[in-house]
Amino acid sequence: MTIISRKKKEKIDRLAELAARDDERGVSLWQEAFRRLRRNPAAMVGAVILGLFVIVSVVGPFLVPYAPEAQHWKDEIRVGFLPGVRAENWFGVDHIGRDQFSRMIVGARQTLLVGVVATMIGLAVGSLIGGIAGAAAGLGGRWGRAVDNVLMRFIDMLLAMPSLLLAISIAAILGAGLTTVMIAVGAVSVPVFARLLRGSMIAQSNSDYVLAATSLGVRKPKIALSHVIPNSLAPVIVQATLTLATAIIEAAALSFLGLGNNDAAIPEWGMMLADAQRYIDIAPRLAILPALGIIITALGFTLLGEAMREALDPKLRK
Amino acid sequence: MVFGVASDPKVLDPSFASDGESLRVARQVFETLVRPEEGGTKVSPGLAESWEPDAAGTTWTFKLRSGVKFHDGTDFNAEAVCVNFDRWYNAKGLMQSPDVTAYWQDIMGGYAANEDDTLGESLFKSCTATDPTTVSLAFTRVSSKIPAALMLPSFSIHSPKALQDYDASNVSGSADDIKYPAYATEHPTGTGQFKFKAWDVANKTLTLERNEDYWGDKAKLKTLIFKTISDENARKQALRSGDIQGYDLVGPADVEPLKNEGFNLLTRPAFNILYLAINQKGNPKLADLKVRQAIAHAVNRQALVDSKLPPGAQVAVNFFPDTVEGWNGDVTKYEYDVEKAKSLLAEAGASDLTLRFHYPTEVTRPYMPNPKDLFELVSADLQAAGIKIEAIPLKWTPDYINATTSGNKHDLHFLGWTGDYGDGYNFIGTFFDRQKDEWGFNNKALFDKFRQADTTADQAAKVALYKELNADIMNFLPGVPISHSPPAIVFGKDVTGVKASPLTDERFGTAEFKS
Amino acid sequence: MIRFIVRRLLQLIPTLFGLSILLFIWLRRLPGGPETAILGERGTPEMRAAIRHNLGLDEPIMIQYGRFVRRMIRLDLGTSISTKREVTTEFLQRFPGTVELTITAMVIAIGIGIPLGYLAARRRGRLLDHLSVGGSLIGICIPVFFLAYILKAIFSENLGWFPSSGRQDPTLGATRITNFFVLDGLMTREWDAAADALWHLVLPGIALASIPLAIIVRITRASVLEVLNEDFVRTAEAKGLTENVVRRRHVLRNSLLPVVTSVGLLTGGLLSGAVLTETVFAFSGIGAFVAEAISQRDYPVLMGFIMIIAVVYVLVNLIVDLSYSLIDPRVRVR
Repeated sequence: MTIISRKKKEKIDRLAELAARDDERGVSLWQEAFRRLRRNPAAMVGAVILGLFVIVSVVGPFLVPYAPEAQHWKDEIRVGFLPGVRAENWFGVDHIGRDQFSRMIVGARQTLLVGVVATMIGLAVGSLIGGIAGAAAGLGGRWGRAVDNVLMRFIDMLLAMPSLLLAISIAAILGAGLTTVMIAVGAVSVPVFARLLRGSMIAQSNSDYVLAATSLGVRKPKIALSHVIPNSLAPVIVQATLTLATAIIEAAALSFLGLGNNDAAIPEWGMMLADAQRYIDIAPRLAILPALGIIITALGFTLLGEAMREALDPKLRK
Repeated sequence: MVFGVASDPKVLDPSFASDGESLRVARQVFETLVRPEEGGTKVSPGLAESWEPDAAGTTWTFKLRSGVKFHDGTDFNAEAVCVNFDRWYNAKGLMQSPDVTAYWQDIMGGYAANEDDTLGESLFKSCTATDPTTVSLAFTRVSSKIPAALMLPSFSIHSPKALQDYDASNVSGSADDIKYPAYATEHPTGTGQFKFKAWDVANKTLTLERNEDYWGDKAKLKTLIFKTISDENARKQALRSGDIQGYDLVGPADVEPLKNEGFNLLTRPAFNILYLAINQKGNPKLADLKVRQAIAHAVNRQALVDSKLPPGAQVAVNFFPDTVEGWNGDVTKYEYDVEKAKSLLAEAGASDLTLRFHYPTEVTRPYMPNPKDLFELVSADLQAAGIKIEAIPLKWTPDYINATTSGNKHDLHFLGWTGDYGDGYNFIGTFFDRQKDEWGFNNKALFDKFRQADTTADQAAKVALYKELNADIMNFLPGVPISHSPPAIVFGKDVTGVKASPLTDERFGTAEFKS
Repeated sequence: MIRFIVRRLLQLIPTLFGLSILLFIWLRRLPGGPETAILGERGTPEMRAAIRHNLGLDEPIMIQYGRFVRRMIRLDLGTSISTKREVTTEFLQRFPGTVELTITAMVIAIGIGIPLGYLAARRRGRLLDHLSVGGSLIGICIPVFFLAYILKAIFSENLGWFPSSGRQDPTLGATRITNFFVLDGLMTREWDAAADALWHLVLPGIALASIPLAIIVRITRASVLEVLNEDFVRTAEAKGLTENVVRRRHVLRNSLLPVVTSVGLLTGGLLSGAVLTETVFAFSGIGAFVAEAISQRDYPVLMGFIMIIAVVYVLVNLIVDLSYSLIDPRVRVR
């Protein structure tokens, strides 16, 4: 009796050691990923773009020459004419008589904010649903599978709805505005995060260490919380970086459909691009500048995200 | 010729239509008893060559054109006219629904047997065919709407045979499962210069072809195709790339560039009004005349017209343009004066005023080509006068319309109107002749004067009343009239012959390619 | 296999039921109703009330839902409030456009994406790799409506190579049978109509392909890289097979599985309609139509279309799952 129990204890200790070593490897995985990231030129380009973008968003608004909503040059605009690039307006004047340069700079912050908040919303809600489904599916037996099934059918329904339509109908309920854009764009990415976390968790649940922990009688919620979820997060974080890019673009699409941010004091590139469509003949710069801003920023996020994905993928290590 | 339009027509039977694109098609396929003069708003002969009221002003006799045939080969005559009017008047069931016969309800007010308590007595009473070319329409009372309203495409004369063959009045079914007769979507049969050929929903095009048996000048184009392109820039690009040879709803900023490129750009005479509405039941301070005057003084309307509205736009003095009889230049005007606005606000004890300002997104109306830009400018003007603005952007349909024309959650908003026909009542009567949620005031004296004007048969007396009404309205200042702007329509470099109409009543029969 | 298919199809029923309840509640929660959209500026409160009554919108939601279910069982999707045509008719006229556009976009995305991804993997870390990955990523990063404008400005306005709007030149007066314009043109031997329809698909196809292209490039690349490291590839090389044979028989074939998954998912997603592409190219499809229906509060169209889209989505996924077992015998469907 005592022998058996001692043996059992030894077993647990050894497994705990293994698990700990597993964790150690987890840290070194991240470290190694970071090392490889630094060697990847694409990642560096992405990082530099994002670094600049973040600096502009943080510092820029304090340095702009004019308030972004001030219509200083209102009297100069005519139906078919907008003042162009000149000494006092480096990027010209926009269609309401505001300084385009100031709006671009302040717009960087809003654009970043929309991307980050929308991604956070998608990440939080998606991870919650995906996490519950994944935990239930991986560990919960019959009831767990039922919970998983219901949640995933719900996610499937969301996926089957065209993402923009989902966003449009959310905006119809909440009314147009910055918050709406964030929520709508975030909601669109919910199913992606949910599926991803669930898939990753199920893969983890089938891995040996979970099997071992289960057979040792560790309680299931504890396994899910302290083993499966932390180990499943890597792909989710990568996805979040990529979602930051799509969020900025989706926000522009919503603005194009007239549902975007409408507060003149807080310009946002997507809205600026959408507004400029009417003036694309007489002042193409009003569209090109925010478009370039969006493209470069989204590219930065995407390059970094792709590089991170590659760096974290153990199968691609060489 | 392929002509680009902003949205699909909804229905081909104009009796059931109220959207501009359905009416545009109807104007080519159908004709009405009277029609607006080419390029103007005056009532001129259509299927009727002449008309006159009796002494009481309630019975109108129309002398009809002879030798006119419908597209199905049957004859147009007085009988046919009466079949049409009786069809509308005797509408039953779902046909009485305001979404089905919107214009009839708007103009006539009711039916032979009203099925809803809110409907009133019909203005139309009966139709009598005296002989094949003489028809009299009897009305229950004198109205300012007759005969001008009969120019509306909704009063188009259909072939009685086609109406019967395709069961045109059979709007059947039940709640949320309404079935429309095939006539309304597949077989419109009128007397116009073009015949309906095909509606290709899958390609968003509607094809008309020349009516070879037209009684007057035959159409110069063999086929006329309307193609739906909802995006404004996409229409412009389609014109430039040659997909289409003309389009409507040209953005004001595109007018100059297109003209310079050699496109044939037509400007319609301004026959509309854009106004800033004030809801007196919204913020209680708005019931104070001084506050409304302050708002009027605060808005720089001239700057708005100069920078955002198409060339030729004018600042509005009345709630209808000066081309309509009854326009009054001698009314209270509210020139741009920020200081005066501030002092008026102070006098009214409303220096710390916050107003909810609604504006629509994703919409272009002929009177309001770019609502968001207008909002930005007006909102900055009001803020300069010390009024705080809470911006409420809403999608045009249904959110915006709903929010601004019902309930009390709105303080300020933009709205406007394009006249249906050349009578002042169609403008100011529509806005102010009864208590409406849009404005939130109850001014009995004003309402009574409207009733008096509507029932005055004598044209001169009526016009005098309109002038008085305009003066009264500008004193009472329920809202601020902003502008009358001429909407532009563009055609290809080699297309000529179309005359722009203030009522958007362009007939494409005169269009031709010049070689 | 058959049991698998039947089970998946049976699962569709509760999914659709759940979806219909969710949709019904969701749509009725949208502020405003079709009556406001129909009447525009002209509506009075009385007129709106009358329309609501006629449409049965003033009844309790349970009764409305009951009516909807009864009609659904008869496979009757009702009549559109705004276009006054039957929802089924509307669908049959607009869905073919979306299918044609989706196929075009996927052909472009696959035709360019797989070779590009493969080459990038073979030349991993070199210039070609960075160029093809970076280039395909730019596609994701341009807002579609802006990309469309640029494409049209270059290829329609300036060069005049492609039309900028619609599905076919209306002056051709082509015969319609299935509303798949290319197919109709071939069936009726109206070759010019078929060619013209194809021509109209090019620019919107490119615009719509921009996102799937980037995804396919990177998935192909990742998958090929993974397979290149596998033992069997090394074995094949060791055994002296020519590089060509190794590439074709071993690498490409084995790296296709994840690509097929993503192609399936992407196709399913595109079939639900590309709202922006269809709008800016005035292309008649279901995406723009449903977006319009939301603003018109056209409940029958929204319910009907979204339910059909859901069915199509499930079916596409089913086909993807089945195709796994064809490509990879190891994956057996259960």
